Amino acid sequence: MLTIATGNKAVAAAAKAAEPGVIAAYPITPQTEIVEQIAEYINAGDLASQYILVESEHSAMAACIGASVGGVRTFTATSSHGLLYMHEMVHWAAGARLPIVMANVNRALGPGWNTWAEHTDAFSQRDTGWLQVFVSTVQEAYDATLMAFKIAEDERVLLPVMVNLDGFTLSHIMQSLETVEIGDFLPPYHLPHAIDTENPCVYGPMTGPNDHFRFRWDIERSMRDARGVIAEVEREFAERFGRSYAPTEDYRCDDADVIVIAMGTLGKEAEVAVDRLRDDGIRAGSMRLRWFRPFPDLDLAGREVVVIDRDYSFGFGGVIAGSVRAKTGIEPYSVIAGLGGQEVTYNDIAGFVRDRRPGEETWFGVNEDV
Amino acid sequence: MYEIRIHSRGGQGGVTAARLLALAAFRDGKYATACPFYGAERRGAPVVSFVRIDAEPIKIYSQIHEPDLVIVLDTSIMDVVDVLQGLKGDGTVLLNSAHPLEGCGASCLHVDLTGIALARDLVIAGSPILNTPVLGALAKMGIVTLPSVQEAIREMFTDERNVQAAEAAYGGLKV
Repeated sequence: MLTIATGNKAVAAAAKAAEPGVIAAYPITPQTEIVEQIAEYINAGDLASQYILVESEHSAMAACIGASVGGVRTFTATSSHGLLYMHEMVHWAAGARLPIVMANVNRALGPGWNTWAEHTDAFSQRDTGWLQVFVSTVQEAYDATLMAFKIAEDERVLLPVMVNLDGFTLSHIMQSLETVEIGDFLPPYHLPHAIDTENPCVYGPMTGPNDHFRFRWDIERSMRDARGVIAEVEREFAERFGRSYAPTEDYRCDDADVIVIAMGTLGKEAEVAVDRLRDDGIRAGSMRLRWFRPFPDLDLAGREVVVIDRDYSFGFGGVIAGSVRAKTGIEPYSVIAGLGGQEVTYNDIAGFVRDRRPGEETWFGVNEDV
Repeated sequence: MYEIRIHSRGGQGGVTAARLLALAAFRDGKYATACPFYGAERRGAPVVSFVRIDAEPIKIYSQIHEPDLVIVLDTSIMDVVDVLQGLKGDGTVLLNSAHPLEGCGASCLHVDLTGIALARDLVIAGSPILNTPVLGALAKMGIVTLPSVQEAIREMFTDERNVQAAEAAYGGLKV
């Protein structure tokens, strides 16, 4: 069905289509509309999930962990401080190999109190073992959430997936949305190590120094396998529903001398900047990173690169700029922009490209002399 | 691309007006995005919402800095906000006002949305509902079609007086 919806409502619609057995959540701006919409689905009898309204995000993830290992599909949504509050359980979900799907509406962290878009919340969960995808349109929020269940539950993966969308900039805007009849796109939930009440056994016992590293390696092995699974699922999605996705969305990159790398809505806005630069004779392209974990292979040989980070790792640099440098050996021009919802237009992005200084870092809007 | 900035006060329905307009444009077969700008919103504070309408998918998420059309749902805002800021040279202003406003330099239209709402007792929490009648004015201006406006309002509201208010604004606006 073709309609118009916010990013939040698109995520809720995808979660509904996946028919989770349990949804446990706690509201937080700007994510609240997702769990409100899901509560309305359940209240109206359109969704048969058990909805557990918990007293905190830590409990939300704990409830998802219990339900997931109990043998049902689970979903939750959070944002910013909520995500950080559940941090311990975020690690646990991946370590216990539970294919939980969570929407994270990217929002800055306080203080000062700020409810607008920033990617620091998601990146703070970088090393938890979760797959992370970043979306840029209402449609992609829906599609990526649906695919997240299939990727997470694949037995070659069995890791949780976080679907990230920019707070307000995507969560609260309305765009067109085509929902689909998913048919058998999602197979029935099957967790090979689900608790069997007929055959009780110890779950999560002490693992000593001789075994722990094996479990860690197993997570990494699955994270590596996830690349192929993601490609398979995205291909099947395109065949069934006609919309194609890849680990990066490349726009006018083929003959580009300089490529802008960004994530989320800034990555989409960068395409407009590329068009403007091309009009001025600058051969620019844009590469929107969709998957953050597993981090995609980037082919940037022979190009200049401008990275926009909507995040920062204090004492180090932009997280994506550092990742691009480590993965490719290229010294990008690192722009820190859009923190806490800072307004960044396509004209600004075009300016970053025109004024690029490879190897240097700049904070958009900051005058160091002041 | 046609870019619209809506000025209102928190609680007057500017965000819903943006969403209704995007929905109506979508029903016309166009692409549209409605982007409310969320600040530290509270009832009565000046707020802005943005709508973009285009024949092609819209990739821009930043605010609208050079609108084609500025809508002012509450003209008292003009004492504290420069609503004309960035308005394109051939841009239009649509005011919720029973009277033309002196000194409104650009092509300036007005329609009494408040009067239309009050005449139908369309009031929520003491405030007249402006977001449905304004859609009728926009249809009159040719930004969206009246059938799509009627459809959009009926999708979001069950009270038929909202459609009637839009039709009244359609009839009342002189373009």
